[in-house]
Amino acid sequence: MRNALHRFDVKASPYFYISPFFILFGLLGLFPLLYTGWVSLHDWDLLEDTHPFIGLENYAELVKDSRFWNALVNTVSIWVLSTVPQLILALLLAHVLNSRLRGETFWRTGLLLPNITSVVAVAIIFGQLFSRDYGIVNWLLGLFGAGHIDWDAGTATSHVAISVMVIWRWTGYNALIYLAAMQAVPDSLHEAATIDGASSLQRLLRITIPSIRPTIIFTVIISTIGGLQILAEPLLFGGGSFTGGNDRQFQTLALFLYENGFSLFKFGYASATAWLMFLLIAIVGAINFSIIRLIRRA
Amino acid sequence: MRNLHRLITAMAAVTLVAGLAACGSGGGDKGAGGKVKLVIGTFGEFGYDDLYKEYMAANPNIEITARVTKAEDHHKNIAAHLATGQGSADIEALEEGWIGQFKSNPDKFNNLLDLGANEIKSQWPEWKWKLSVARNGAQIGLGTDVGGLAMCYRSDLFAKAGLPTNRDEVSKLWPTWDAYIATGKKYAAAKVPDSAFFDGPTVMYRAVLGQSDIGLYDTNDNVVVETNPAVRGAFNKTIEALNAGLSAKIEAWSPDWNAGFQKGRFATIACPSWMMAYIQEQAKDASGKWDIAKIPGGTGNWGGSYLTIPKQSKHPKEAFALAKWLTSPDQQAKVFRKAGNFPSTSTLYSSPVITDFVNPYFSNAPVGKIFSESVATMKAQYLGPKAGDINTAIQNGLTRVEQGKQGPDDAWKQAVEEVKKIV
Repeated sequence: MRNALHRFDVKASPYFYISPFFILFGLLGLFPLLYTGWVSLHDWDLLEDTHPFIGLENYAELVKDSRFWNALVNTVSIWVLSTVPQLILALLLAHVLNSRLRGETFWRTGLLLPNITSVVAVAIIFGQLFSRDYGIVNWLLGLFGAGHIDWDAGTATSHVAISVMVIWRWTGYNALIYLAAMQAVPDSLHEAATIDGASSLQRLLRITIPSIRPTIIFTVIISTIGGLQILAEPLLFGGGSFTGGNDRQFQTLALFLYENGFSLFKFGYASATAWLMFLLIAIVGAINFSIIRLIRRA
Repeated sequence: MRNLHRLITAMAAVTLVAGLAACGSGGGDKGAGGKVKLVIGTFGEFGYDDLYKEYMAANPNIEITARVTKAEDHHKNIAAHLATGQGSADIEALEEGWIGQFKSNPDKFNNLLDLGANEIKSQWPEWKWKLSVARNGAQIGLGTDVGGLAMCYRSDLFAKAGLPTNRDEVSKLWPTWDAYIATGKKYAAAKVPDSAFFDGPTVMYRAVLGQSDIGLYDTNDNVVVETNPAVRGAFNKTIEALNAGLSAKIEAWSPDWNAGFQKGRFATIACPSWMMAYIQEQAKDASGKWDIAKIPGGTGNWGGSYLTIPKQSKHPKEAFALAKWLTSPDQQAKVFRKAGNFPSTSTLYSSPVITDFVNPYFSNAPVGKIFSESVATMKAQYLGPKAGDINTAIQNGLTRVEQGKQGPDDAWKQAVEEVKKIV
């Protein structure tokens, strides 16, 4: 009997120790996820008392909805425009900070400042920087003879402006992650390369980047997930408008979901959007993952 | 594999944080000592704090708890509380822009006619009363304030353009919107540097549409955007002003708009009473340059709120007594003096509180008189559930024309398509 209890203790205890996380995740993560799926099968107006079951009709309507595809294209465009420069900049910044500098802590803390600034404040400031008549960006461009750009009116220009906001907020964060990984790269490798006459750039490309590849992959995945869910920046850039500009030129998927759920109160339709977004992120994640495996094998 | 594991952990953490943030709080109940505890939910600045104290002193059995949130959050919270059947306050304030959506589900609110609202009906102008009446005839709210429309104009720029600057003469320039556009053409011909006649299409479109009997909906909650000539009419009238080159092409509420008040980028802007404070805030140095004349067409309203009593309230009678007291002319006069919210009770419009009210920033314009006149004769236009989103779709169309992305017909067609998807 005691033996059985002991065996039970050894086998079961670890599961009890980790259970709080999974219970909380089940209640606050998994349940809403599944419930959203259930809601997406209904014509669910937030304030109505009856919610007729309509099967997959929301999804059928959604794949025919030009606003959905427009939002998808915008999301991908903003994601590419923000993620690629952001990760490259972060790598360079981390590389610079990894060499000997005066006031290391000051610079490293500085990196994180944009990230801890409230996104609302960031969006308001950037909204002013990118304003057409009195914005600093247009003023600077004017010094070089470029004309005034109406940033939020155009598709490409609005995507650039929003991406700059994202880049500004997240570059430092990623740089710190890279920096942490770079410090684990043995100094001897760098010293040997330096003695052999390698330049700083060569060391970055030949030693640092190959050594921290798992970390780079991690940040790529994390910023992919973040980038596909982007909401606050386009919402606030458009002055709080749900449509993301007068021609939906910068409405992202998350903003489209928000418009349907919280302005039009169409919870069924918004939930279907949420699920399609989830599938999309899962697919992109899977592609990411298989590319990584290919790279590893090579 | 390790990366995937970390990824899942990170995802779970994000979900956790988001989930925890969504927790809410409960409504009112009997408080200590058998007192009736009333919770009242408002947003922004209602100017009620002193009134609560006064009411509690006069009614020792009542204990009032105030819950103040930002406008956007406030209305979303109400929607969530009504949908889940718990958490709403005994009295919830609703803004005009949201009232159509909420009154399409009148069963969620107490019909105030059952609580005796009919006795005080005559306090309000007919349109203000009707705006909160649901399709089934239930009255869900008592009017607090209104936002009468007038035309704010820069007298310094008018002088430069050779136009009259005296506000009575300026009012006579534009009895109609056609006359307003004609005046604009004169202003444009004078070529005042870096300055257009009006800011952008949004406010003008809203003001023109607001002056017709029927707006976006008929009284059965059917959208009539395509069939009601008044909607296309308001759209076309605004296009006419845009095509005449009168717009500064500045989006409302943008940083350029804020700077425009200060720098005189536009000479006129249709302004509701609450916008006076906004202009003063944005253009601190421009005191005496701005003045206020009548709105073309003579009437208009933009904004204003209601006090409603959700069915969830356990004390509808006591809540109604409080709402009735808060919206009575005497209290509205106090709120007006303290916070500047323009009263909705028409009996006040002939009292000195309003008639003697001038605004020194706007060259001592008799704004009490001007705004009350525009409100008193307002048409009782019915507001349907998605009116706000439909207006956004049409205004987006106007802005596309203004930015040269589309011609008027294409913009209208696209707006109509969007409206069909909204409903």
